[in-house]
Amino acid sequence: MSGTSTDTSTPVARAMTNGSGAAAVLAAAVGSFSLAVLAIASDKLPAIKSLMNFYRPTGPLSGVTTTAILVWIAFWIALVRHWRNRNVAMGRIGTIALVLLVLSLLLTFPPIADLF
Amino acid sequence: MEITTRGLWTLMHGMGFGALYLLACSGALVEIWRRYAPTDLSPINEREEAFLRWYLLAMAVLAWFAVLTGTYIIYPWYRAVPPVGTVNLTGYPQRLLLSNPATSGWHSIGMEWKEHVAWLVPISITMAFAVFNHHRRNLRNHPELRATVLSFVAISFLAAGIAGFFGAMLNKHAPVGGGPTIRVMEGAPR
Repeated sequence: MSGTSTDTSTPVARAMTNGSGAAAVLAAAVGSFSLAVLAIASDKLPAIKSLMNFYRPTGPLSGVTTTAILVWIAFWIALVRHWRNRNVAMGRIGTIALVLLVLSLLLTFPPIADLF
Repeated sequence: MEITTRGLWTLMHGMGFGALYLLACSGALVEIWRRYAPTDLSPINEREEAFLRWYLLAMAVLAWFAVLTGTYIIYPWYRAVPPVGTVNLTGYPQRLLLSNPATSGWHSIGMEWKEHVAWLVPISITMAFAVFNHHRRNLRNHPELRATVLSFVAISFLAAGIAGFFGAMLNKHAPVGGGPTIRVMEGAPR
Protein backbone atom coordinates (compact mmCIF):
# COMPACT_ATOMS: atom_id res chain seq x y z
CA MET A 1 0.00 0.00 0.00
CA SER A 2 1.26 3.41 -0.92
CA GLY A 3 -0.21 5.87 1.59
CA THR A 4 -2.50 8.55 0.31
CA SER A 5 -0.26 9.82 -2.47
CA THR A 6 -0.75 9.18 -6.17
CA ASP A 7 1.11 6.09 -7.34
CA THR A 8 1.20 5.33 -11.04
CA SER A 9 4.29 3.15 -10.96
CA THR A 10 2.48 -0.20 -10.99
CA PRO A 11 0.37 -1.76 -13.73
CA VAL A 12 -2.54 -2.01 -11.27
CA ALA A 13 -2.41 1.69 -10.57
CA ARG A 14 -2.35 2.47 -14.28
CA ALA A 15 -5.36 0.25 -14.80
CA MET A 16 -7.50 1.82 -12.10
CA THR A 17 -6.89 3.62 -8.80
CA ASN A 18 -8.60 2.49 -5.61
CA GLY A 19 -9.59 5.98 -4.41
CA SER A 20 -13.23 5.87 -5.53
CA GLY A 21 -13.76 2.49 -3.92
CA ALA A 22 -12.08 3.58 -0.69
CA ALA A 23 -14.26 6.70 -0.62
CA ALA A 24 -17.43 4.61 -0.96
CA VAL A 25 -16.30 2.21 1.79
CA LEU A 26 -15.30 4.89 4.32
CA ALA A 27 -18.41 7.00 3.62
CA ALA A 28 -20.68 3.98 4.18
CA ALA A 29 -18.95 3.32 7.50
CA VAL A 30 -19.22 6.96 8.59
CA GLY A 31 -22.91 7.03 7.58
CA SER A 32 -23.59 3.84 9.56
CA PHE A 33 -21.72 5.11 12.60
CA SER A 34 -23.54 8.46 12.50
CA LEU A 35 -26.83 6.54 12.46
CA ALA A 36 -25.85 4.67 15.64
CA VAL A 37 -24.66 7.85 17.39
CA LEU A 38 -27.78 9.79 16.39
CA ALA A 39 -30.00 6.92 17.57
CA ILE A 40 -28.36 7.05 21.02
CA ALA A 41 -28.46 10.86 21.13
CA SER A 42 -32.15 11.00 20.21
CA ASP A 43 -32.91 8.38 22.84
CA LYS A 44 -31.01 10.16 25.63
CA LEU A 45 -31.49 13.83 24.86
CA PRO A 46 -35.05 15.20 24.63
CA ALA A 47 -33.88 18.18 22.54
CA ILE A 48 -32.32 15.89 19.89
CA LYS A 49 -35.36 13.60 20.02
CA SER A 50 -37.62 16.55 19.26
CA LEU A 51 -35.26 17.79 16.54
CA MET A 52 -35.21 14.36 14.85
CA ASN A 53 -39.00 14.17 14.62
CA PHE A 54 -39.08 14.90 10.86
CA TYR A 55 -42.21 12.85 10.18
CA ARG A 56 -44.60 12.57 13.13
CA PRO A 57 -46.08 9.09 12.40
CA THR A 58 -42.57 7.56 12.37
CA GLY A 59 -41.19 9.79 15.13
CA PRO A 60 -37.47 10.44 15.76
CA LEU A 61 -36.49 7.41 13.66
CA SER A 62 -37.34 9.48 10.56
CA GLY A 63 -34.85 12.20 11.48
CA VAL A 64 -32.15 9.82 12.68
CA THR A 65 -32.15 7.81 9.46
CA THR A 66 -32.58 10.81 7.12
CA THR A 67 -29.73 12.72 8.80
CA ALA A 68 -27.47 9.64 8.68
CA ILE A 69 -28.20 9.20 4.97
CA LEU A 70 -27.35 12.86 4.35
CA VAL A 71 -24.08 12.49 6.32
CA TRP A 72 -23.25 9.36 4.28
CA ILE A 73 -23.93 11.03 0.91
CA ALA A 74 -22.08 14.24 1.89
CA PHE A 75 -19.02 12.26 3.05
CA TRP A 76 -19.11 10.15 -0.08
CA ILE A 77 -19.18 13.18 -2.39
CA ALA A 78 -16.40 14.92 -0.44
CA LEU A 79 -14.15 11.84 -0.33
CA VAL A 80 -14.67 10.99 -4.00
CA ARG A 81 -13.62 14.53 -4.95
CA HIS A 82 -10.38 14.10 -3.01
CA TRP A 83 -9.54 10.48 -3.81
CA ARG A 84 -11.02 9.83 -7.27
CA ASN A 85 -7.72 9.63 -9.15
CA ARG A 86 -5.51 8.49 -6.28
CA ASN A 87 -4.34 5.25 -4.77
CA VAL A 88 -4.95 5.35 -1.04
CA ALA A 89 -3.96 3.08 1.88
CA MET A 90 -6.86 0.68 1.43
CA GLY A 91 -5.71 -1.69 4.18
CA ARG A 92 -5.87 1.05 6.79
CA ILE A 93 -9.07 2.59 5.43
CA GLY A 94 -10.74 -0.81 5.22
CA THR A 95 -9.83 -1.57 8.83
CA ILE A 96 -11.16 1.80 10.05
CA ALA A 97 -14.35 1.30 8.02
CA LEU A 98 -14.94 -2.21 9.41
CA VAL A 99 -14.33 -1.05 12.99
CA LEU A 100 -16.88 1.74 12.50
CA LEU A 101 -19.41 -0.67 10.96
CA VAL A 102 -19.03 -3.23 13.77
CA LEU A 103 -19.31 -0.41 16.34
CA SER A 104 -22.50 0.73 14.59
CA LEU A 105 -23.93 -2.77 14.86
CA LEU A 106 -23.05 -2.94 18.56
CA LEU A 107 -24.14 0.61 19.44
CA THR A 108 -27.60 0.02 17.99
CA PHE A 109 -28.05 -2.94 20.39
CA PRO A 110 -30.21 -1.44 23.18
CA PRO A 111 -28.37 -2.93 26.22
CA ILE A 112 -25.12 -1.38 24.90
CA ALA A 113 -26.79 1.89 23.87
CA ASP A 114 -28.24 2.14 27.40
CA LEU A 115 -24.72 2.25 28.86
CA PHE A 116 -24.40 5.86 27.68
CA MET B 1 -58.95 -16.66 2.77
CA GLU B 2 -58.49 -13.03 3.72
CA ILE B 3 -55.67 -10.66 4.55
CA THR B 4 -55.79 -7.10 5.83
CA THR B 5 -54.01 -4.37 3.91
CA ARG B 6 -51.67 -3.84 6.89
CA GLY B 7 -50.98 -7.56 6.97
CA LEU B 8 -50.24 -7.49 3.25
CA TRP B 9 -47.76 -4.61 3.64
CA THR B 10 -46.07 -6.46 6.49
CA LEU B 11 -45.89 -9.57 4.32
CA MET B 12 -44.30 -7.65 1.42
CA HIS B 13 -41.85 -5.94 3.80
CA GLY B 14 -40.70 -9.11 5.56
CA MET B 15 -41.33 -12.05 3.28
CA GLY B 16 -40.91 -10.06 0.08
CA PHE B 17 -38.10 -7.53 0.36
CA GLY B 18 -36.41 -8.73 3.57
CA ALA B 19 -36.42 -12.47 2.97
CA LEU B 20 -35.38 -12.08 -0.68
CA TYR B 21 -32.47 -9.92 0.45
CA LEU B 22 -31.35 -12.58 2.92
CA LEU B 23 -31.59 -15.25 0.24
CA ALA B 24 -29.59 -13.12 -2.19
CA CYS B 25 -26.75 -12.49 0.30
CA SER B 26 -25.18 -15.91 0.02
CA GLY B 27 -25.04 -15.63 -3.79
CA ALA B 28 -23.29 -12.26 -3.66
CA LEU B 29 -20.80 -13.45 -1.03
CA VAL B 30 -19.92 -16.58 -2.97
CA GLU B 31 -19.60 -14.77 -6.29
CA ILE B 32 -17.35 -11.98 -4.96
CA TRP B 33 -15.32 -14.48 -2.94
CA ARG B 34 -14.90 -17.04 -5.70
CA ARG B 35 -14.71 -15.15 -9.01
CA TYR B 36 -12.99 -11.97 -7.88
CA ALA B 37 -10.24 -13.59 -5.80
CA PRO B 38 -6.79 -12.37 -6.85
CA THR B 39 -5.69 -16.01 -7.00
CA ASP B 40 -8.35 -16.91 -9.58
CA LEU B 41 -6.59 -16.58 -12.92
CA SER B 42 -9.50 -17.60 -15.14
CA PRO B 43 -10.82 -14.63 -17.17
CA ILE B 44 -14.09 -12.97 -16.19
CA ASN B 45 -16.31 -12.39 -19.18
CA GLU B 46 -18.70 -9.47 -19.65
CA ARG B 47 -21.75 -11.64 -19.07
CA GLU B 48 -20.53 -12.72 -15.63
CA GLU B 49 -19.61 -9.16 -14.77
CA ALA B 50 -23.02 -7.83 -15.86
CA PHE B 51 -24.75 -10.56 -13.87
CA LEU B 52 -23.11 -9.54 -10.59
CA ARG B 53 -23.72 -5.87 -11.34
CA TRP B 54 -27.49 -6.45 -11.79
CA TYR B 55 -27.53 -8.86 -8.86
CA LEU B 56 -26.03 -6.28 -6.46
CA LEU B 57 -28.32 -3.57 -7.84
CA ALA B 58 -31.35 -5.80 -7.21
CA MET B 59 -30.11 -6.44 -3.65
CA ALA B 60 -29.74 -2.69 -3.05
CA VAL B 61 -33.29 -2.06 -4.36
CA LEU B 62 -34.66 -4.83 -2.10
CA ALA B 63 -32.82 -3.40 0.91
CA TRP B 64 -34.11 0.13 0.30
CA PHE B 65 -37.68 -1.10 -0.24
CA ALA B 66 -37.45 -3.13 2.98
CA VAL B 67 -36.31 -0.23 5.19
CA LEU B 68 -38.54 2.39 3.56
CA THR B 69 -41.72 0.29 3.81
CA GLY B 70 -40.74 -0.72 7.34
CA THR B 71 -40.00 2.80 8.55
CA TYR B 72 -42.65 4.83 6.77
CA ILE B 73 -45.58 2.43 6.26
CA ILE B 74 -45.51 -0.30 8.92
CA TYR B 75 -43.74 1.36 11.85
CA PRO B 76 -46.40 4.13 12.21
CA TRP B 77 -49.05 1.39 12.55
CA TYR B 78 -46.85 -0.47 15.03
CA ARG B 79 -46.30 2.57 17.32
CA ALA B 80 -49.83 4.01 17.06
CA VAL B 81 -51.07 5.41 20.37
CA PRO B 82 -54.47 4.09 21.51
CA PRO B 83 -57.14 6.51 22.72
CA VAL B 84 -57.31 6.92 26.50
CA GLY B 85 -59.27 4.08 28.13
CA THR B 86 -58.67 1.57 25.34
CA VAL B 87 -58.76 -1.93 26.84
CA ASN B 88 -58.28 -4.08 23.74
CA LEU B 89 -54.75 -3.29 22.48
CA THR B 90 -54.87 -5.67 19.50
CA GLY B 91 -54.56 -2.81 16.99
CA TYR B 92 -51.66 -1.20 18.88
CA PRO B 93 -48.75 -3.70 18.73
CA GLN B 94 -46.18 -1.62 20.63
CA ARG B 95 -48.59 -0.93 23.52
CA LEU B 96 -49.73 -4.55 23.50
CA LEU B 97 -46.14 -5.79 23.90
CA LEU B 98 -45.33 -3.25 26.62
CA SER B 99 -48.48 -4.12 28.58
CA ASN B 100 -47.04 -7.50 29.58
CA PRO B 101 -43.60 -8.03 31.21
CA ALA B 102 -43.36 -11.36 29.37
CA THR B 103 -43.50 -9.61 25.97
CA SER B 104 -42.11 -6.11 26.66
CA GLY B 105 -38.56 -7.22 25.74
CA TRP B 106 -39.67 -7.90 22.19
CA HIS B 107 -40.21 -4.15 21.90
CA SER B 108 -37.51 -2.72 24.18
CA ILE B 109 -34.76 -4.91 22.72
CA GLY B 110 -36.19 -6.44 19.54
CA MET B 111 -37.87 -3.48 17.87
CA GLU B 112 -35.45 -0.91 19.29
CA TRP B 113 -32.54 -2.83 17.72
CA LYS B 114 -34.33 -3.78 14.51
CA GLU B 115 -35.49 -0.27 13.63
CA HIS B 116 -31.91 1.01 13.61
CA VAL B 117 -29.73 -1.95 12.65
CA ALA B 118 -31.81 -2.58 9.50
CA TRP B 119 -30.62 0.74 8.06
CA LEU B 120 -27.01 -0.49 7.97
CA VAL B 121 -28.12 -2.91 5.25
CA PRO B 122 -29.03 -0.54 2.37
CA ILE B 123 -26.01 1.64 3.15
CA SER B 124 -23.64 -1.36 2.99
CA ILE B 125 -25.09 -3.00 -0.10
CA THR B 126 -25.40 0.30 -2.01
CA MET B 127 -21.71 0.81 -1.31
CA ALA B 128 -20.94 -2.73 -2.52
CA PHE B 129 -22.88 -2.10 -5.73
CA ALA B 130 -21.17 1.27 -6.30
CA VAL B 131 -17.70 -0.20 -5.78
CA PHE B 132 -18.37 -3.15 -8.06
CA ASN B 133 -20.03 -0.98 -10.69
CA HIS B 134 -16.92 1.20 -10.76
CA HIS B 135 -14.20 -1.46 -10.56
CA ARG B 136 -15.91 -4.47 -12.18
CA ARG B 137 -13.33 -7.16 -13.06
CA ASN B 138 -10.60 -4.77 -11.90
CA LEU B 139 -11.74 -5.56 -8.34
CA ARG B 140 -9.48 -8.61 -8.61
CA ASN B 141 -6.51 -6.26 -8.68
CA HIS B 142 -7.55 -4.64 -5.38
CA PRO B 143 -7.62 -7.49 -2.84
CA GLU B 144 -7.97 -5.23 0.20
CA LEU B 145 -10.90 -3.38 -1.35
CA ARG B 146 -12.51 -6.68 -2.29
CA ALA B 147 -12.03 -8.03 1.25
CA THR B 148 -13.61 -4.91 2.75
CA VAL B 149 -16.60 -5.09 0.38
CA LEU B 150 -17.02 -8.79 1.22
CA SER B 151 -16.97 -7.95 4.95
CA PHE B 152 -19.60 -5.23 4.48
CA VAL B 153 -21.88 -7.63 2.59
CA ALA B 154 -21.38 -10.25 5.33
CA ILE B 155 -22.22 -7.72 8.06
CA SER B 156 -25.25 -6.56 6.07
CA PHE B 157 -26.33 -10.22 6.02
CA LEU B 158 -26.00 -10.34 9.81
CA ALA B 159 -27.88 -7.04 10.25
CA ALA B 160 -30.66 -8.18 7.90
CA GLY B 161 -30.84 -11.47 9.80
CA ILE B 162 -31.23 -9.63 13.12
CA ALA B 163 -33.94 -7.39 11.64
CA GLY B 164 -35.68 -10.37 10.04
CA PHE B 165 -35.60 -12.49 13.18
CA PHE B 166 -37.03 -9.76 15.40
CA GLY B 167 -39.54 -8.78 12.73
CA ALA B 168 -40.87 -12.34 12.64
CA MET B 169 -40.99 -12.62 16.45
CA LEU B 170 -42.67 -9.21 16.84
CA ASN B 171 -45.28 -10.15 14.27
CA LYS B 172 -45.82 -13.43 16.08
CA HIS B 173 -46.45 -11.80 19.47
CA ALA B 174 -48.20 -8.61 18.31
CA PRO B 175 -49.07 -8.65 14.62
CA VAL B 176 -49.58 -5.43 12.71
CA GLY B 177 -53.11 -5.81 11.43
CA GLY B 178 -56.19 -3.83 10.56
CA GLY B 179 -57.31 -1.74 7.64
CA PRO B 180 -59.50 -2.90 4.78
CA THR B 181 -59.67 -6.65 4.23
CA ILE B 182 -58.66 -8.25 0.94
CA ARG B 183 -60.37 -11.54 0.11
CA VAL B 184 -57.75 -13.68 -1.64
CA MET B 185 -60.00 -16.66 -2.42
CA GLU B 186 -63.12 -18.41 -1.21
CA GLY B 187 -62.71 -21.51 0.94
CA ALA B 188 -64.84 -24.58 0.32
CA PRO B 189 -68.00 -24.68 2.50
CA ARG B 190 -67.95 -27.33 5.25
